Amino acid sequence: MAFEYAPAPESRSVVDIRPEYGLFIDGAFVAAVDGEPMKTVDPASEEVLAEVAQAGPADVDKAVAAARRAYEKVWGRMPGAERAKYLFRIARIVQERARELAVLESIDNGKPIRESRDVDIPLVAAHFFYYAGWADKLAYAGFGTTPLGVAAQVIPWNFPLLMLAWKIAPALAAGNTVVLKPAETTPLTALVFAEICQQADLPPGVVNIVTGAGDTGRTLVEHAGVDKVAFTGSTEVGRQIARSVAGTSKRVTLELGGKAANIVFDDAALDQAVEGIVNGIFFNQGHVCCAGSRLLVQESVADEVLDRLKRRMATLRVGDPLDKNTDVGAINSAEQLARIRTLAGIGEEEGAERWSAPCVLPERGFWFAPTIFTGVTQAHRIAREEIFGPVLSVLTFRTPAEAIEKANNTPYGLSAGIWTEKGSRILWAAERLRAGVVWANTFNKFDPTSPFGGFKESGYGREGGRQGLEAYLAG
Amino acid sequence: MPAKQKRADRTPDAPVRLAVRKTYKLFVGGKFPRSESGRSYPVQGADGGFLANAALASRKDVRDAVQAARKAFGGWSGATAYNRGQILYRIAEMLEGRRAQFADEVAAGTGEPTAAALSTVDAAIDRWVWYAGWADKYAQVLGNANPVAGPYFNLSSPEPTGVVGIVAPAEPLLALVSVVAPAIVTGNTVVVLASERHPLPAITLAEVLATSDLPGGVVNLLTGSAAETAPWLAGHADVNALDLAGVADAGQAAELERLAAENLKRVVRPAADDWRAEPGLGRLAAFVETKTVWHPRGV
Repeated sequence: MAFEYAPAPESRSVVDIRPEYGLFIDGAFVAAVDGEPMKTVDPASEEVLAEVAQAGPADVDKAVAAARRAYEKVWGRMPGAERAKYLFRIARIVQERARELAVLESIDNGKPIRESRDVDIPLVAAHFFYYAGWADKLAYAGFGTTPLGVAAQVIPWNFPLLMLAWKIAPALAAGNTVVLKPAETTPLTALVFAEICQQADLPPGVVNIVTGAGDTGRTLVEHAGVDKVAFTGSTEVGRQIARSVAGTSKRVTLELGGKAANIVFDDAALDQAVEGIVNGIFFNQGHVCCAGSRLLVQESVADEVLDRLKRRMATLRVGDPLDKNTDVGAINSAEQLARIRTLAGIGEEEGAERWSAPCVLPERGFWFAPTIFTGVTQAHRIAREEIFGPVLSVLTFRTPAEAIEKANNTPYGLSAGIWTEKGSRILWAAERLRAGVVWANTFNKFDPTSPFGGFKESGYGREGGRQGLEAYLAG
Repeated sequence: MPAKQKRADRTPDAPVRLAVRKTYKLFVGGKFPRSESGRSYPVQGADGGFLANAALASRKDVRDAVQAARKAFGGWSGATAYNRGQILYRIAEMLEGRRAQFADEVAAGTGEPTAAALSTVDAAIDRWVWYAGWADKYAQVLGNANPVAGPYFNLSSPEPTGVVGIVAPAEPLLALVSVVAPAIVTGNTVVVLASERHPLPAITLAEVLATSDLPGGVVNLLTGSAAETAPWLAGHADVNALDLAGVADAGQAAELERLAAENLKRVVRPAADDWRAEPGLGRLAAFVETKTVWHPRGV
């Protein structure tokens, strides 16, 4: 039975997108020294939203120098209790401007307003609130109280403002200053965050935002004036960064790709498991490094699970990110859409069976229908490579030991899911899964108090929680 | 009796009894193989005199050692903390029983007085005891419950990183113990490139490990030229982490770190370590991964 919904669009009137944006350096918006600006587009309409400066080497120099000055003269020597109050202020302003940030995030990124409004932005505020409280309690955390200095931070486009919060909040709480580069396709909420820093009277230079593409990121990460590199993004770029810091004294944390197994045992509560599978792979269009992109389902319930999953997928509403009824929004960029299409095509070529939810996709913009592949083996590229889109690969297993073996058979190790009603089996499986986050009878849950990060080639270091401070303290 | 006759006929300078020398080999998978390459190198004492031939490990030996370490990982990381602590303590006991032997071996290599060498040995024994005690405590110190804003149980615990490659420091015994113990106490298995200058106490330590109920493959010890073998270890795709404690050359350390980036190994860079000082938790914490498990609360 299909339900008809009237459109329920969130108002765009709360955002005011300027035609062009400069770089945020030393507390002020400034033009880039050289280089062409880049355009950021609304992936749901392909409409150009704004022109944004691209920071070149001279701009990065300026930003790092501003961060260094702020570290040495102001932030590094400020009592933790005072730093805390700035972070609390920022958390409050984020809450006050939450709707504006949510709408802007959905416009620039393409994610459903339901997610930016209920997940991303509340977590941003919570993250600043959490780390604010640590600023004057570092001695209790177990990692020393000495900051590292200037942190170079490069973040991805899938959770633009949330990833900014994950980077900036612990860095500032520990007494570091930062130069952050938002993703090329999603710079706008970071630039509003720069305004928020101004509204909070954060001392100039403590937070610097340099927009740009990969070159800007590389220049920043390799800059001799930074003490710390924090990166979230692809494993390939993570490798390059790990190589580039070799032989330096820079500290590094990397949060990279994943190919998480979501394991459904035969005794699982199947309706809940199906909700978890859907949330695991279709949340945020599957643009989630910890997405449950490999479904491992016990053979005896595989048909039942797939039937229910397809029924559920048929009810997913794909479309306008600003519509409050939308479940799956736009793919973030033409480039990402091309990658998803390529890998899905390879899945078919390699013999897996493709099924997509029946849905009408808008004509303009970047869209991909929620899709599952069955008959997938471990050798298939769609079982090994991160697709970073709404595409689920389904594999089966017979015994719990086989499930663990398959789940761990990947160079990644970011997250995993377990669905079973048996407590001892949950703990047995959780112990054996080589992954940094294990969700049992739930999936894709995040919290500022909960450390997040990977094993193996999913990177190193943790973000969130007490453990998240370690990345920003000298020990 | 013929024997009596022989003794009577001996030349005045011949010893009463010819000593049985030890063949120093590698320690891989709980066994003591020679280098697959068949190579060895002479180890010299502090005075430049010949002490023994040690095995000169090859690339293939590195691979064999990594394979043995990987094979041992499941069992060792799955052992109870109490069990791992017992075994580390047992290593201390076995070492204590051979204090004099180790002191002689250390002194022969370094040329220091026996008293100084004994103090090194004692510190090494005490270090095993110190780490043995951590086996069932570090998870309580490094892990914690997380009060998430929702109806979920949420717990973070440290888990072993996997196979750790170690380039051991040049100094004998204490420095070696100080890099091996923190890696294995948490359930990692290791491949150690022993000090090229002082391989003999390292292999004798392997004899102690082999008789302490430590499962074969948990510690694998290669002697020879770290400059030759370390790149194979650093670039090996089944090694999860790298401790560069013993790499003195900055250029080589950078190159090893670059090789390690290929599969995103965790790397501990060389530092000015004082092996006599209380180690702290840094090295132990460098080779664990925080795993966070969520579960809903409900009825």
